Amino acid sequence: MDNIDYGVVRDTAKELYIQALKILPPDVKAALQRAYEAETQPGAKKILSIMIENVKVAEAKDLMVCQDTGIPIYKVRIGSKIQVDGTKIEQAIREGCQRATLDHPFRSSICDPMTRKTTADSTGVRIPVVDFSFLPDADYLEIRMMPKGSGSENMTWMKMLLPSDGISGIKKFVLECILDAGGQGCPPTIVGVGIGGTAEMCVKLAKEAIFRPVGTANPDPQIAALETELRQAINKSGIGPMGLGGDTTALAVHIESAHTHITMNPVAVNSQCWRGERSSARIYNNGKVEIGF
Amino acid sequence: MANYKLMPPLGEGDIRKLKVGDTVTIGGVVFGIRDATQIRIFDQGVEPPVDLRGSVCLHTAPNVKKEGNHYVPICVGTTTSTRMDRFTPGLLERYGVRAIIGKGGLLEGSVRAMQQFGACYLAIVGGAAALETTQIEAIEEVYWEDLMPECIWRFRVKDLGPLTVAIDSHGGNLYAEVKIEARKRLESLLQELGVPNAKK
Repeated sequence: MDNIDYGVVRDTAKELYIQALKILPPDVKAALQRAYEAETQPGAKKILSIMIENVKVAEAKDLMVCQDTGIPIYKVRIGSKIQVDGTKIEQAIREGCQRATLDHPFRSSICDPMTRKTTADSTGVRIPVVDFSFLPDADYLEIRMMPKGSGSENMTWMKMLLPSDGISGIKKFVLECILDAGGQGCPPTIVGVGIGGTAEMCVKLAKEAIFRPVGTANPDPQIAALETELRQAINKSGIGPMGLGGDTTALAVHIESAHTHITMNPVAVNSQCWRGERSSARIYNNGKVEIGF
Repeated sequence: MANYKLMPPLGEGDIRKLKVGDTVTIGGVVFGIRDATQIRIFDQGVEPPVDLRGSVCLHTAPNVKKEGNHYVPICVGTTTSTRMDRFTPGLLERYGVRAIIGKGGLLEGSVRAMQQFGACYLAIVGGAAALETTQIEAIEEVYWEDLMPECIWRFRVKDLGPLTVAIDSHGGNLYAEVKIEARKRLESLLQELGVPNAKK
């Protein structure tokens, strides 16, 4: 017997989309403030101050932080102590996504890849992205949401490196991607890096990495050290906020990994713009809903 | 580095005085254009229904709401310019556009065209759309509504900015300067990361 109300799932999916567009996570705000305080170049400091002011204006006036409503992504984790119908969850999320777009209202950014014709409600074939996984010992359904802006999504790279390229090859690839992007993708970004897995899993890992709050480290100490090393190197590049020069090019580098084939060394980079927009909710089997970031 | 307040329509003299690193705020009319708008003008050969001579164009597809016959801005922000790079020389040469407001910069052909025709690129803080929206006083006119939201938008703005002159009409390009410097640093950064053969 199902013990999650699908109407609640729908309303939560709607709320998560709207919240993510309007209120930034506290960890991102703190990272922007730290970047502002540490910045030594006046032009870059001004840009960071405009970003911080913009976040405040959006909250004070109930405005969207950015005009890009993105591609809506919902990552669902089903707790082992609840029973649900996955097809109904997917449908409820789709409806929530539509309602957010039409009721608020805001721009649908979704179009057909062949005709380029835009849909009205932020949905389309296989959109929103709804991704399912599972949580052991949890009595709730978790939904993590990200309206993924195109500026940063267009700055995505994937390469099947050779095993002999090693970690060095990964470092070089990540740095070159960031340099190629320059001011595109709205730096200072949260740089997501996927290593290992299959090709498509590697890109998915990079996306999973940008869902992590800024300031969290990969639990594997070797990977955590690589995150720090890469962040420091990227920030020494001088690309800076909006690519106009400065000390902060990445707010964070997050790496997620999977085991891979003995002949493979896949790496992917997927960045999130300086806004780090995301939201999340837990829907418990007793009907309680907690909304956060 | 100087600060300027500009009121379009702009003449060549207004642009030639601007140098990379200067800041600008705009008052008056700014036109919103985007990918689909320029595909129609340049790829489909349809003349724009409005005179863009001396204008400032903003790379945008806003979030709006229709109230009666009018559109009201919900969120007006700026998109990545590089996607529309190939249309820029045509906008300057054929239609006399004097300034492009965008984010992410433009490529070498556009930089040369800006030098040749007396135009500039003004960088806005991408993603800072809440602030940008408060600087839009009204949507005065919408052309090519069938391209919604990638129509031609005639905005009335008040103190839009501050914008950074990132490409000037003298061949200056702040994005390129920053990238060249970053490329120079790459080798030593890779060495610090312990990457062998970093010179390759």
